[in-house]
Amino acid sequence: MTQAAAPAPTAKTRYRRHSVSAALWRRPWARATLLLTPPLAWFVLIYLASLVILLVTAFWQINPFTTNVERVWSLSNFTTIFTSPAYLTIIGRTVGMAAAVTVVDAVVAFPFAYYMARVASPRTRTALFVAILLPLWASYLAKVYSWLVIFTHNGILDWSLSRAGLGQVHLIYSNWAVFTVFCYLWLPFMILPVYAALERVHQSQLEASQDLGARTWRTARLVLLPLALPGIAAGSIFTFSLTLGDYITPLLVGGTSANFIGNVIYTNVGIANNLPFAAAMALVPVIIMAIYLACARALGAFEAV
Amino acid sequence: MESRPLRVALRVWVALVLAFLFIPILLIVAYAFNRSNIESWPMSGLSVHWFAVAWHDPQVRAAFWLSVRVGIFATVLALLLGTAVAYALYQFRFFGREAISFLLVLPIALPGIITGIALNSFFSFTGVQFGTLTIVAGHATFCIVVVFNNLIARLRRTPGSLAEASMDLGARGWQTLRYVTLPLSATALVSGALLAFALSFDEVIVTVFTAGAQNTLPLWIFGAIRLGQQLPEVNAVVTIVILLTVVPVVLAARIAGAGTVTRSARNV
Repeated sequence: MTQAAAPAPTAKTRYRRHSVSAALWRRPWARATLLLTPPLAWFVLIYLASLVILLVTAFWQINPFTTNVERVWSLSNFTTIFTSPAYLTIIGRTVGMAAAVTVVDAVVAFPFAYYMARVASPRTRTALFVAILLPLWASYLAKVYSWLVIFTHNGILDWSLSRAGLGQVHLIYSNWAVFTVFCYLWLPFMILPVYAALERVHQSQLEASQDLGARTWRTARLVLLPLALPGIAAGSIFTFSLTLGDYITPLLVGGTSANFIGNVIYTNVGIANNLPFAAAMALVPVIIMAIYLACARALGAFEAV
Repeated sequence: MESRPLRVALRVWVALVLAFLFIPILLIVAYAFNRSNIESWPMSGLSVHWFAVAWHDPQVRAAFWLSVRVGIFATVLALLLGTAVAYALYQFRFFGREAISFLLVLPIALPGIITGIALNSFFSFTGVQFGTLTIVAGHATFCIVVVFNNLIARLRRTPGSLAEASMDLGARGWQTLRYVTLPLSATALVSGALLAFALSFDEVIVTVFTAGAQNTLPLWIFGAIRLGQQLPEVNAVVTIVILLTVVPVVLAARIAGAGTVTRSARNV
């Protein structure tokens, strides 16, 4: 009898458990709500709230005497940014740097990606793929630091140059150093989407072009390049955005003139302790990226990634 | 289509780019075994002295363990939240679905400094003390998308008929999840977790703004390089960080295929 009594509660709880699962199964909206509430709460309550506060803070000021944040609305931070030649130069320098890095990385990446996608054997392709992934993921600081070591006085660059009898160049603590390191850091981000775009090009499209009498260069320029453009645009989103927001590379390998948008933000959060001004400055790359993304979308970048 | 000279030129180009990508990393690893404390080239001799120094440095140890803790917490949070949102977006079509996937990508689409200063303003505004929790919150925010991307890509490739078959055979929702859906996406989850950890362990741009007085390992490295102090020790520490970011990525690529590792292109 005790044996018969035992299963009863188990069956009951099991039934209840089934009814929960069944109820959820019958009500998809309940399941969706259950699944979505925690991640959405996280994103809305922390991330979106942060962005909103950033936006609001940009319109506040700091009291110059007490350095306390005063919650009074005004456009003064933006007036400072857009009327001061110093800040306009910094914005110009940052955008120019981002553009230069993007162009150089695209030019360097294109032949590499072409080789990977259309010339290499499948085995070589996989090997090259891994060879791009490793530097992509290897520690960011390690990569920046390694260039500091390369550029350093009596470092490997000086040594190689003097071996080649070329004298010395002093790249360290200059904008050229910053440029080199940016190109290095973001190159894998350009190669991968360009590769993905080139891989999708049909051989028949290139053959058709050649059947119609186009030579190699003409085919490359008129057929291959337009087909690769969405990939280049996708890669340029990374190179552009990452350059706009980086302050560590200029700080470590750049000189005193290596002042970029990111550095202004960084200094104003840390040393100057002017959070409202930093927030206003942080909106500049957001605006630039919004314009850039709109252009990239027009070029079809979002279908490529 | 390619003529012979063009092929040769392409090969040379590929070799040059590979040299450009790998020489700096190999160089820094080589310097970690440098005997001298001056970073001139050629190196004067080999030794593991600086690894020992780093190992016995209490600051490095504390920073290392903080990074490990933060990485684990951020990964667990990202796994829970990223998995939930991936299943929801995969299973249901609803208004605002696109907006949610856009929101998820935003922390890595916007420059890292924006996420950093936004979180900094948020924590200052709400009066939350900067510390381990704020670092974890920042890392989890951009790690979620890594888990999400990995999982949703896998789910899209998994035929829905498998789950339907399971339920036709009498399995209930939880059973189907437990015995069919989860095993099918397990490798995607593991590789997502590995990538999230690698991302968190190496992150510095956002962490600078959320750490307060705490030092993660990248923050310690950043400080040491800026001050130009303990550089031989930095070489050794940096080599360890390279290992700890590259090994999970290689594992993730092994487990779930090299393609998954790129989809979640990282934001440094």
